[in-house]
Amino acid sequence: MEQGILAERQDQIHRTGEGPFELACNRDSLAGAVSQRACVFCGSRVVLYPIADALHLVHGPIGCAVYTWDIRGALSSGPELHRLSFSTDLQEKDVIFGGEKKLKAALLELIARYQPKAAFVYATCIVGIIGDDVAAVCRDVTAATGIPVIPVQSEGFKGNKREGYTAACKAMFTLTGTGDVSGISPISVNILGDFNLAGEIWIIRDYFKRMGVEVVANITGDGRVDDIRRANGAALNVVQCSGSTMELAKMMQEKYGIPSLRVSYLGIEDMADSLYAVAEHFKDRDPGIVERTQQVVREELAVLLPQLKQYRKDLEGKKVAIYVGGAFKAFSLIKAFRHLGMQVVLVGSQTGTTEDYAELAAICDPGTVIVDDSNPLELSKFVKELDVDLFVGGVKERPIAHKLGVGFCDHNHERKEALEGFVGMLNFAREVHASATSPIWQFVPRREAMAKAAKGEGI
Amino acid sequence: MSDSPYVSTTNACKLCTPLGASLAFRGIEGAIPFLHGSQGCATYMRRYIISHFREPMDIASSALGEKQAVFGGGPNLKKGILNVMSKYGATVVGVATTCLTETIGDDVPRLLAEFRKEFADLPLPEIVHVSTPSYSGTHMEGWHAAVAALAGQLVTQKAAPERRVNLMPGLVSPSDLRHFKEILADFGVAATVLPDISDSMDRPALLDYEKLPAGGTTLADIRAMSGALGSIECGRAVHVVESAGTNLERRFGVPNLGLGIPIGIRETDAFFAALEKLTGTPTPQKYLDERGRLVDAYVDGHKYVAGKRAIVYGEEDMVIAMVAFLAEIGVKPILAATGSTCKNFKAALAEVTAGLLPEPPEARLGVDFHDISEQAADLAPDLLVGHSKGYSYAKAWNVPLLRVGFPIHDRFGGQRMRHVAYGGTQELFDRLVNTILDRKQEESAVGYGYL
Repeated sequence: MEQGILAERQDQIHRTGEGPFELACNRDSLAGAVSQRACVFCGSRVVLYPIADALHLVHGPIGCAVYTWDIRGALSSGPELHRLSFSTDLQEKDVIFGGEKKLKAALLELIARYQPKAAFVYATCIVGIIGDDVAAVCRDVTAATGIPVIPVQSEGFKGNKREGYTAACKAMFTLTGTGDVSGISPISVNILGDFNLAGEIWIIRDYFKRMGVEVVANITGDGRVDDIRRANGAALNVVQCSGSTMELAKMMQEKYGIPSLRVSYLGIEDMADSLYAVAEHFKDRDPGIVERTQQVVREELAVLLPQLKQYRKDLEGKKVAIYVGGAFKAFSLIKAFRHLGMQVVLVGSQTGTTEDYAELAAICDPGTVIVDDSNPLELSKFVKELDVDLFVGGVKERPIAHKLGVGFCDHNHERKEALEGFVGMLNFAREVHASATSPIWQFVPRREAMAKAAKGEGI
Repeated sequence: MSDSPYVSTTNACKLCTPLGASLAFRGIEGAIPFLHGSQGCATYMRRYIISHFREPMDIASSALGEKQAVFGGGPNLKKGILNVMSKYGATVVGVATTCLTETIGDDVPRLLAEFRKEFADLPLPEIVHVSTPSYSGTHMEGWHAAVAALAGQLVTQKAAPERRVNLMPGLVSPSDLRHFKEILADFGVAATVLPDISDSMDRPALLDYEKLPAGGTTLADIRAMSGALGSIECGRAVHVVESAGTNLERRFGVPNLGLGIPIGIRETDAFFAALEKLTGTPTPQKYLDERGRLVDAYVDGHKYVAGKRAIVYGEEDMVIAMVAFLAEIGVKPILAATGSTCKNFKAALAEVTAGLLPEPPEARLGVDFHDISEQAADLAPDLLVGHSKGYSYAKAWNVPLLRVGFPIHDRFGGQRMRHVAYGGTQELFDRLVNTILDRKQEESAVGYGYL
């Protein structure tokens, strides 16, 4: 038994090197444990949100829409309809008499006002309880307006974020195969699982362009409805953040026979490996692609590596805690930190799977704590116990780090710094360096006490 | 009733009821806010609140799943309370419902009574519950309902009479609350500020991570409310059937004075007059000096702000208070808008602008930012006054935004921003004048060094 951890959560924590790897995960969050997780709706909303020319209407009381208004730094090169927050704002009488009429009127009103290319209608908790037939309303409105109006079955209580990803993938899948695929190059991909935070997808698209690869659809960063409609014309799906969009890739493989590759654009090896894997896939059709890809990587590294060195020298030996939404990102982060000479001592996620965690355990150093669906009290305990210097997480983890005098790198959807690609690795190093080496930590009482203790002055 | 001509809501100018309740419960010592509903609500609200205060904000959840939604959330509620007792050592649990649990019909008072009986052998925390279906009202209804629930459920006996003042401050910043407490201390009375997020949502750097942040109204101070000289309740909008102050007045005969949030001279004068009336103590010279400096600043700055046309939006109490302030410095509030549908909004605006404006500003209830923006095209504002969520509109219209209240998500230090009493108004006035000067300087090709 670990002190300070609820008995029912003990088996969701593992220390590498201590016995065979076993970790319970993918369970419902424990009542009263203050999980960092959100809900099904959240999963759907974050995946679909960056589709910039679609109307995203949240069918429910106001909270669900208002807390997700423009929360992601998902940029668009054109329309920005996704940055507005639409809701049916259900009231008590709607709950009693049903919200279908209101939903239909709201859809017709908003579609007339904004002329979107499609509309996504998110079902929230209460819609699942009062039993509105969202799909029927969507069918009606499609008939009346001629645009795809797609129900997203994302009732909050029906699981966690993962089920929300599934609902989002199902919704997008209904769009595929409805556009004109003529003229698409045989050397072409769809980018899945990138949300164009701080313009990241533009970095990746530039690499593909230099390699001679056409990008058909961004799914979903800087996404467009018409692109998704013809995504079935691409030769390959490259899937990052596999938790959120792998299911769409699977559905597309089944229906259209499009193969997929799991990739990551974070860190040096993973970025380079991802590009090489795409080149490898197309090399029979386009023998020059391997050399062009090498050229891209060479050019980028020539800029990146000398600059990374200066950061590494200050960061060498510092200890890192990672707590992120999906486990897949953690793999890349562990490797990226090795480039900076830093050691990951804690890694966890909200929604990892058994396979994810087993893979994490395999690449982590002995003694690393691996944790599923953690909470502030556990995380703060580990940060102290493992003497962490830098925490990587999102908004809800930031105060935990800061209160303990620990540097912080925001690696969540709200980030405003591009962290993908080779240039992203440099931004990442810069952000980590700026926080971990700030002079302010010496004034934080816990750090001050530790420094005194190290000097033998006592506290 | 809403003044919006639209069925749909675009960029809402309100938040949901449980958020207000959670934040109010955070202002009680040793308390943990607990949402009875699905996990997402708690997480979303935590994120929203953390982004303003930059402090930990743990909200527990009964984390209902599909099964519990069908068979009832009672077991999860009980288990969740046991878990927060053991992990957080909470002495108060503030249970707020959500749309999910209200709709499936969980009878929370009954469940809590069962809980107290089942676990009577344990040292149980105080459990306060409030009904906050998110399909009814806004976060301000949630806040005031939680405050009323705290007073209604924790104050059970008449306490020994003492020189004490109860202050229900409304949703103001930690810095505002510290200022209120300083004023009350200077009047030489004991005080119960309910709730008090001044410490719990603006903590110093400490040696260790606090499971529950220190600070907040103590249970002893809450119980002593029934023996107080009187209560002052800030916020002119009427939100709940019976507020904390009227509840204490009805049950224990504690006189209740309902005032606006004291921003500006007239509203602050009323606040100090109320304190004088309850305590029999004259206003300390310190505050008369602050008032004098504020009047002097009004004089020095009046021409910079004269005739500026302002759109004021946000939660109803804050909008009314800001309109009261703007009207007395010569700014023209041309639209006062809120997402709330509180009934006395228009009447309250008329009261606070009487004698200052020829007629009260246009008031709109139950509107969103789309409604406001449609009207703004004709109104040609010089200034927006409200929280951070109006920023994209201020940018689109190329007018400055004076950030006030909650949430402040795009600037630093929202939790330390002062608005209340003469001192807070002084800071607010300085910020307002400088906002206008800043714009003037930016827009001028001359680059004036003196303004």
